[in-house]
Amino acid sequence: MRSFWNMLRKRLNGVWLSIWIGLLMMPAMAMAAGGGKVEQMVIVADTRGLPPWEAWWANLYNESHVYFTIVTIIIIPVVGVIFGTIADLFMGMIGIDLKSRDLAEH
Amino acid sequence: MDWMYVFMPIAGVYIFWPGLIILGIGVGVIGGFFGMGGAWMVTPGLNILGFPMAFAIGTDIAHMAGKSLISTMRHGKFGNVDYKLGLIMLVGTVVGFEVGAQMVMWLERLGNVEKVVRWIYLVLLILIAWMVFHDVSKRKQKEREAAQQGKQVDALATGIEWHKTLHKIKIPPMVHLNVAGIYCSAWLPILVSFLTGWLAGILGIGGGLIRMPSLIYFIGCPTHVAVGTDLFEVAISGLYGAATYTYKGRTELVAAVIMLIGAAIGAQIGSVATKYIKGYGIRIAFGIAVIACAVSILLKLLAKFYPAYGGLLDNSATVVILGTVSLLSLYIIVAFVQGARKEIKAKKARA
Repeated sequence: MRSFWNMLRKRLNGVWLSIWIGLLMMPAMAMAAGGGKVEQMVIVADTRGLPPWEAWWANLYNESHVYFTIVTIIIIPVVGVIFGTIADLFMGMIGIDLKSRDLAEH
Repeated sequence: MDWMYVFMPIAGVYIFWPGLIILGIGVGVIGGFFGMGGAWMVTPGLNILGFPMAFAIGTDIAHMAGKSLISTMRHGKFGNVDYKLGLIMLVGTVVGFEVGAQMVMWLERLGNVEKVVRWIYLVLLILIAWMVFHDVSKRKQKEREAAQQGKQVDALATGIEWHKTLHKIKIPPMVHLNVAGIYCSAWLPILVSFLTGWLAGILGIGGGLIRMPSLIYFIGCPTHVAVGTDLFEVAISGLYGAATYTYKGRTELVAAVIMLIGAAIGAQIGSVATKYIKGYGIRIAFGIAVIACAVSILLKLLAKFYPAYGGLLDNSATVVILGTVSLLSLYIIVAFVQGARKEIKAKKARA
């Protein structure tokens, strides 16, 4: 009986070990797969007949996605903070407490 | 009526801008209230407005980053954001997301994974909905039992208490998460965020839908802190996602900025509404949103099985999502108005 339990324990240890190795290796295997070739699609913005600022923006997109990304990533949080602050000011005018919350419940 | 349409210089299409603002308000309200990005609502909405799909996801993520920042600012003032927890989880989320995304590409080479991914998503949503409503029913049961003994349940008591078991794992380093009121092994939030990020990467979603309940049930955050902390994470990871998509040329900033006008208003309403609704009210509403999302995914799957009814089923999926978003937004706005009115009245009575 004892030998049966010892054998079972050893096998279970083996199973656990395989699960852990599998879990640990999973990211490496996924990374090693490298993602394969994804179909590339090039989109070009049509700048003909656009007003100046739109033409500048579309040209920036066509010329360099790096600069386009940098400008976008700066604009998004800046616009978010500006709009958020304006909305905050209007909310403050309603007259409710915007700095604390009474409910302490899960 | 030409003035109601704005030209998108990159996508080259005219879009009905009041529609973008309304969509922004709706997503802002839901996102600020539940603590999620809300890509599952925006993409069908943008599609209906005539937005090319190539730009829908990138634009959605760019707007999501800005909107979550606005909500985080508001939740931060209420003390709902655990920045330490958010930063710890950010590491796990980003690594997990990248591993998940790479894994999907690897699986794609083996065969068509789209249907499999949708089934996994459906099962996951059903599990989350079960978790939420099981928690609610257990909490109600505790309340009933306490009432029978003439007592009241502790305000901080929860139905499901899995986090208490997980907190017993004391693998160093241990961390104090003061805002959330948690003392646990740092590996717990890292592992949970890695798994939620990995799932989000596989499913191709932002992850708020999975992370918010994980913060509550596995890490043990109070609901309001889970909402605020998740938004903090969405703001940062959303910016990273926006950079990736913009670099691939798939973001229409003009649309994102217009949506942000609506989202700024909606995010304030959604975030402040959490002040007037108890934690379990948020959980139940979240459970309903998850069920709606699951129904919409099921309809989309059925559309693939029955191509003859494909159009009808696809449209029904969009109606379910947008209908639920509208109803939940209405519920949150009403709660906000009633709560604000009550608070102002009480303030006047005190003065």
